[in-house]
Amino acid sequence: MRELVIIGGGPAGMSAAIAAYESGVTDILIMERDARLGGILQQCIHNGFGLHRFGEELTGPEYAWRYEERVQALGIEVKCNTMVLDVTADKVITATNAEEGVFQIRAKAVILAMGCRERAKGSLAIAGSRPAGIYSAGTAQKLVNMKGYLPGKNVVILGSGDIGLIMARRMTLEGAKVHAVCELMPYSGGLARNIQQCLNDFDIPLLLSHTVVEIHGKERVEAVTIAKVDQNRRPIPETKQTIPCDTLLLSVGLIPENELSQGAAVDISAITKGPVVDQDRQTSVEGVFACGNVLHVHDLVDFVSEEAAIAGQAAAQYIQNTRQNAICIPLYTDGKVRYTVPQIITEQKDTSVYFRVSDVYKNVCVTVKDGDHVLLKKKRPKVAPGEMESIRLKAEWLDGVEALTLSLEEC
Amino acid sequence: MYDVAIIGAGVIGGMTARALARFALKVCLLEKENDVATGATKANSAIVHAGFDAKEGSLKAVLNVKGSQMMPQVCRELGVKYQNNGSLVLGFDEDDRHTLNDLLARGRANGVAGLRLLEADELRQKEPLVSERAICALYAPTGAIVCPYELTVAAIGNAMDNGVTLKRNFAVCDIRETADGYRIASETDVVEARFVVNCAGVHADRVAAVIGDSSFAIHPRRGEYLLLDKACGKMATHTIFQTPSAMGKGVLVSPTVDGNLLLGPTSVDAADKTDRTTTPDGLADVLNTARKSVPTLPADQTITSFCGLRAVGSTGDFILTTPKKGFVNAAGIESPGLSASPAIAEYVVALLQEQGLATPENPDFHPIRPSMHAFREATIEEKNEWIRRDPAYGRIVCRCEGVTEGEIREAIRRHPRAADLDGVKRRTRAQMGRCQGGFCSPTVIELLAEEWNIPYEQVTKCGGSSVLVVGETKKG
Amino acid sequence: MERTLTCIVCPLGCTLTVQWQDGAVTSVTGNTCPRGKAYAETECTAPVRTVTSTVRCVDGRLVSVKTDRPIPKECMAACMERIHRATADLPIAIGDVIIEDVFGSNVVATQNRSVG
Repeated sequence: MRELVIIGGGPAGMSAAIAAYESGVTDILIMERDARLGGILQQCIHNGFGLHRFGEELTGPEYAWRYEERVQALGIEVKCNTMVLDVTADKVITATNAEEGVFQIRAKAVILAMGCRERAKGSLAIAGSRPAGIYSAGTAQKLVNMKGYLPGKNVVILGSGDIGLIMARRMTLEGAKVHAVCELMPYSGGLARNIQQCLNDFDIPLLLSHTVVEIHGKERVEAVTIAKVDQNRRPIPETKQTIPCDTLLLSVGLIPENELSQGAAVDISAITKGPVVDQDRQTSVEGVFACGNVLHVHDLVDFVSEEAAIAGQAAAQYIQNTRQNAICIPLYTDGKVRYTVPQIITEQKDTSVYFRVSDVYKNVCVTVKDGDHVLLKKKRPKVAPGEMESIRLKAEWLDGVEALTLSLEEC
Repeated sequence: MYDVAIIGAGVIGGMTARALARFALKVCLLEKENDVATGATKANSAIVHAGFDAKEGSLKAVLNVKGSQMMPQVCRELGVKYQNNGSLVLGFDEDDRHTLNDLLARGRANGVAGLRLLEADELRQKEPLVSERAICALYAPTGAIVCPYELTVAAIGNAMDNGVTLKRNFAVCDIRETADGYRIASETDVVEARFVVNCAGVHADRVAAVIGDSSFAIHPRRGEYLLLDKACGKMATHTIFQTPSAMGKGVLVSPTVDGNLLLGPTSVDAADKTDRTTTPDGLADVLNTARKSVPTLPADQTITSFCGLRAVGSTGDFILTTPKKGFVNAAGIESPGLSASPAIAEYVVALLQEQGLATPENPDFHPIRPSMHAFREATIEEKNEWIRRDPAYGRIVCRCEGVTEGEIREAIRRHPRAADLDGVKRRTRAQMGRCQGGFCSPTVIELLAEEWNIPYEQVTKCGGSSVLVVGETKKG
Repeated sequence: MERTLTCIVCPLGCTLTVQWQDGAVTSVTGNTCPRGKAYAETECTAPVRTVTSTVRCVDGRLVSVKTDRPIPKECMAACMERIHRATADLPIAIGDVIIEDVFGSNVVATQNRSVG
């Protein structure tokens, strides 16, 4: 029996562990499938992490190290090279590693911090052959940054998510030629600064409203055909052009990795693809918490750490029986706001609500209402799906509230 | 000098090789690709048909029924998953009902057991998600599913364990008759054999033509498929067909033995025997047609799509002939070729015997091949014993399908050795899950490099020039 | 003359409008913070970038590295050449200098690497 088991030793898992420890629970075990802590940050060797959290620009490994040092200093137990196979609703964790074989641990509380995975090519159903040379951007990142191999020399990237943009620069610096980044939507899914420093700096064209319609090559990619798309995102045949290349990288979205959560009977949101949680990141199963990209895909690791600390602290309170769940206020959205995290509020206290919008909107007011009663109205010059937003709810606003709606309204 | 050379390491070549391994013969299996099971065998509907489709008395009918009866034991011996899930052919109107009654009669004439027509209520009890528009269905309780490349890899592995030689990257370019048989050449290698079996799939007509047999032609017929995530694997428990047309059995919705859901195929005659590209229209067509059977099929759960080429023979039936002494064609093996494969292999052996092949028993023949998923299906205690002996079984490499390093190394070491990424995928399911290798492929490449003792840059996806990386980033 | 820039100092990515005359910046608008103004001024006169990459260690594995301060943008390719050719001794602690004096910066490790 362990008090707290944390599944995943990336930024979320480490931050949750530290917060739980600092809240008084010291019997903690982090289970990490990789050989070391850090999760995906280990391969994100570019800088740009930690401005919010540490006030300086760190690379991924440096950011991870700040937390790993603290985990070590607190003496929190970590099992690396350990894959969790199953979690049950009554918090029995089955895992395997080379030293212990398949083993089970029962925990008082569990924090799910497994992160996310990339959408694969299969889900896009791009026509053509299936030769070598098609990689998700993250796989290419692992090959280049961790293994030291260049996947190809002439590259087209589909999708302008941040990993795709980062990889455009990485591949260029390592000697490849990136011919274009195609984005299906009329706007980029990545951060504006990455478009500047990863594409513009190297004269790599960003083709908005474009997609890859066909892959050519029997054994290795020889070319891709791209086309502009209409408003319904359907390719316009007369705009087709074929770009010779040996590599196609896909950066077409991230999906929270919730197979274990589902095994634990945790309710999953159809929109975030992550667990439905309250303000403390407790899932629908009591004592099971979730944080980081397993919950919803973040664009900044700083917010992952912040969210994970909330979950870690709450898990500690759960173990210590000091959690108070007196109320139950659902948070609804209007469609323009795609989702919120948390989706419900169960304790009357100041709460940050993170959300994403479903399209690019300019000069809108983020509005929080209890029925027709406006609790908050905050102007934003521009909101975009690629950038996570947040607002802060005050405890006193929640008196007698039955449900809240978060919407975007004209100012 | 071999006794028998088999051209083509698909399911027919593989089953034939195994059937011949029972005898004290020198047999070699020639495959033009870097791995076995890479033609029609790797991309078909994975169905063991009950046998009601083919015309009474045809080879297709006889060998289908016989083959599907043999299949459970073959799968048991080879440790291959086999699920007798039953099949349903949906009828949407009275014309369909008429056709289904004809099929019922034909099936009974073919000797298919247990066939009957279901009305709407019973149909929906069996398959709750089936379309409300389906008014009846032909139910075939003997229908089953199997993984065709798992079956083929296992059959060839078992044949090799019993002494059969596999030559990969052996693309036949010439066959000459010699005093005591045939001399078969590729660009770089030569094999001599007293007897030859042509199991070259879509290329079987070209192989036959080399020895002057132009009695048949093979036309490739394209079939595109969608494979859905395991989350959808229980949307159908039976293999669900629609009432057939002249172009084949139409689009099916079927679970796979590994728990995914398979939709397809399209059916389009093609000219190019190598064109396995998928098309936007084809994939859209698969989904739309499949939704006629199961309307709630989701589009966003596709994990991969692929295209297979069926080897459609010009005679309308399987082509099992002996155009020249000592030369056997096993050609035109389209559906129900997988179902019939064990029976086709026996039929081929009989033809070879007719041609004068002496077949003394191989006293050392061992029909059992340890299952490729033995570790996966073991109890926790057994797994731990396994891991104690070899810790590699405690390291998960493919997280989506839960495949361990030990299983991957085993697939690279045992007959027929996985030689490339796709080979590992077909044997272990590593890279076959929802992330399609995004997570594990860099590690699988490493394991292939290590086990074959080649540089990382030389590991391929599927042989030839399908290298995965072009070089090291640091020149040092 | 006017030029529009995307600020790369932080994830906000402000759109900056810069006026300049005779090679000198006369005004910056659109920035949310003073760092944005400073960025605009540098970017229009002598743009700089931090370079991140990897260096091969003596045991064949990689260690991730960065320039410990931004270097002139036009020197990135030359900087990469130095990084490609370098070999790092083990062990390595975060912050260890791997290559000295690369266009006014040091290339430092961003990961720990033990021996073996």
